[in-house]
Amino acid sequence: MKPAKTMRNDDEYTMFGPNGGGSWTTLERREFLKLAGGGLIVFFAVGDGLALQEGQRGGGYPDDPNAYLKVGPDGRVACFTGKIEMGQGIFTSLAMMLADELDVPLDSVDMVMGDTALCPYDAGTFGSRSTKYFGPPMRLAAAEARGVLVRLASARLGAAEDALLTKDGAVYVAKSPAKRATYAELIGGKKIAIRLEQKPPIKHHTKHLVSGKPALRTDARAKVTGEAKFTGDIRIPGMLYAAILRPPAHGAKLASVDTSAAERFPGARIVRDGDLVAVLHDKPDLAAEALALVEAEFGPSDSKLDNTIIFAHLKQVESRSEVVVESGNLDEGAKLAAKTVERSYFAHYVAHAPSEPHTAVVRIDADKAEVWASTQSPFRARQEVARTLGLPEANVRVMTPFVGCGLGGKNQGGQIVEATRLARLAGKPVQVAWTRKEEFFNDSFRPAAVYDVRAGLDAANRIVLWDYKNYQAGSRSSQPVYDIPHKRVLSFGGGWGGGGEGAVRAHPFATGAWRGPGSNTNIFATESHIDVMAEAAGMDPLAFRFHNLADARMKKVVTAAADKFGRTFAKAPTGHGYGIAITDYLGTYVATMAEIEVDKQKGTVRVRRVVCAQDTGEVINPEGARMQIEGCITMGLGYALTEEIRFKDGRVLDENFDTYEIPRFSWLPKIEVVLVDNPDMAPQGCGEPAVTVMGAVIANAIYDAIGVRMHTLPMTPARIKEALAAKR
Amino acid sequence: MDKTIRFKLNGKEVLVDSPPERMLLWVLRTDLGHTGTKYGCGEGFCGACTVLVDGKPTLSCQFPLAGAEGKSVLTIEGLARGGRLHPLQQAFVDEGALQCGYCTPGMILQAYALLLRKPNPTEAEIADALDVNLCRCGSYNRIIAAVRTASQAMKMKVVDHEAR
Repeated sequence: MKPAKTMRNDDEYTMFGPNGGGSWTTLERREFLKLAGGGLIVFFAVGDGLALQEGQRGGGYPDDPNAYLKVGPDGRVACFTGKIEMGQGIFTSLAMMLADELDVPLDSVDMVMGDTALCPYDAGTFGSRSTKYFGPPMRLAAAEARGVLVRLASARLGAAEDALLTKDGAVYVAKSPAKRATYAELIGGKKIAIRLEQKPPIKHHTKHLVSGKPALRTDARAKVTGEAKFTGDIRIPGMLYAAILRPPAHGAKLASVDTSAAERFPGARIVRDGDLVAVLHDKPDLAAEALALVEAEFGPSDSKLDNTIIFAHLKQVESRSEVVVESGNLDEGAKLAAKTVERSYFAHYVAHAPSEPHTAVVRIDADKAEVWASTQSPFRARQEVARTLGLPEANVRVMTPFVGCGLGGKNQGGQIVEATRLARLAGKPVQVAWTRKEEFFNDSFRPAAVYDVRAGLDAANRIVLWDYKNYQAGSRSSQPVYDIPHKRVLSFGGGWGGGGEGAVRAHPFATGAWRGPGSNTNIFATESHIDVMAEAAGMDPLAFRFHNLADARMKKVVTAAADKFGRTFAKAPTGHGYGIAITDYLGTYVATMAEIEVDKQKGTVRVRRVVCAQDTGEVINPEGARMQIEGCITMGLGYALTEEIRFKDGRVLDENFDTYEIPRFSWLPKIEVVLVDNPDMAPQGCGEPAVTVMGAVIANAIYDAIGVRMHTLPMTPARIKEALAAKR
Repeated sequence: MDKTIRFKLNGKEVLVDSPPERMLLWVLRTDLGHTGTKYGCGEGFCGACTVLVDGKPTLSCQFPLAGAEGKSVLTIEGLARGGRLHPLQQAFVDEGALQCGYCTPGMILQAYALLLRKPNPTEAEIADALDVNLCRCGSYNRIIAAVRTASQAMKMKVVDHEAR
């Protein structure tokens, strides 16, 4: 290791780093150091650290004022991450990665998540990216900290650095392990800040003692005792709860409002800012009771769409198109094709329906604001709050308690801006917690979408033509994983976000990323059509896939699933109800097989068994990975079979779980997960991939069971009965 | 109009001055600071707000405060004793029977009520009793495993106790 130069004292911190100096100790960084207390702290310089995190701010981004980790005077390690915990388990898996690299016990790692005053900038927790993109720089930071501790130990123990080893939070002399110093002893009262400028070597996965072995969730104890705090559990002196007046339909404008009766409600306070009308009360239920006394009239919605005409609309609406992939020549492919089959597929809107509705607490104190929010994007929330209040971002601190499911829906923070506006109006801290009805109304739904697929087989049953168009779904996972010489994939529209400002409005309400965005429905269309082609080829769907796959890694994953499934596929329909669907989700490979039964009289589907094999690169916490896959499979039953937002003229007709049915205990299939070993590949994402094949695998199993091809998600009893009737 | 309602909360006598028609959920969370009980849907469709009233699973978002008068209410905060987790809580930890954890208090209390009336339930009986509780993360398979594990652990505990 290079000798370190002590560059500068600032707030008593000794800064290590070759090019230190005044420029990198910003006001914000001083604030961080003050909040962080003493110890050994690792910052990142411009470049490596940020480059390793995907999708961050563009060029010219200054040093992040906040650190990745701290080894405290007591030897405990704090991991600072702008990521948040919403059930996906990174509270545990990131701590495991850190424990390995720094050689400390897992239970001495404290996770500090989603706090904009303490954590390095982060674009948001989505896209199964936390382990993949935050993990690597964090490992570097940990390796650097370990190097500094070894250097300190070298001086203290009078041994050369290369004669020292680290284990269990201590440095010891390799040849006489009794000569040792704990990290706590080495740090003592010191305050050391390191700026990482060069990549230190990190451990090979074979040296990991914690990662790769199943670990229990470290947040579980707090969650089974009721101690775990979610945003709605934050209590601040003087805080008022808001109940907000909502329009009956999207696009309906407030025409008149009479709040006089609500004003007479004991303890109620009415606040208004343009269209934002709310009742504040120190009891949330009484705020809601008083809101019911507000008399309001709204104009009509400008939307004339509903579920029955949405697909025609989505194809007609003016949309920009993107060529996702194009190779070979479609005309050439068509010439080579002995058989061509063309079909359309459709997917309706679905809701995120997170367990915890969107919630925020905002306290404004002179020119500073503190925010607690159930959000997947705390730094974006900080920006929005700062903009709303006209304050610099540095004056706003967003903290993220445990988040009760995100599923993509908590990238949008409408409740945070509402709480900010209301807190400013009231001059008091305000909590906004959406009701379930508000959650279903204000959600950013997974967009409804249409798919046109044309594929051709040559005489040898190879797919030689693939002409794929999706309208409004977004492009993710729309590329076929098969080896096809002549193909083109087009994506029309602005994707799941609806195209943003200025785009032609495709949807009657907000749309957004929904766990595995784009992919769930693209794979429904793609993998359904692969089964259609298998039948055209006269082949069983498993053999047909192998016949058209070139990717060895994918073949290995499909084989692993087939071995576990242990059933013999034959040309569909066989009456067995076996299905298969596979995907490459942003580098994670998934092969899922299912066994189902269909009640032809009722049109209901009972999924009996699901086998999922997944190659996600190095697996940090096998137990956590299994949980995510099992959860994906269970959740995926919903969008496959029942979940559909019904709407008319701007109104959202599904308002609660009575009509919007999500999976429950009685639906549960037997679930078997195979983690395909691939530790030499860096960790890939795990929170979403397995959900994305669920629509397709069930559609294919339905076809195998009853010989009816379902072209529309969700595959409700009514649609199955209709398809059966049409077949007769 | 406020009324004084007296009931036992996790074994301790409490008095609440409040309009008695308010739902118990909000009184627990706001007036009594017991935030372990969660709001999920407000209409009794999801089970997140489940507490036990005199041993019976009760949707606290649908249960007026007045109904608690003179009764015994158990919330998630009352299950662990002296820092020791109840075997059911421990089983949820050991089986990884939660992800985001928001539905967990309601799940555990629903399962606890089941074990009170049926100490050794089958998997089908567990799924049936818990079918009213929703988990968006999809931890159902592990929750069933946890309840089975807990039922065995609790049986062992009774045996232990009797042996002594």
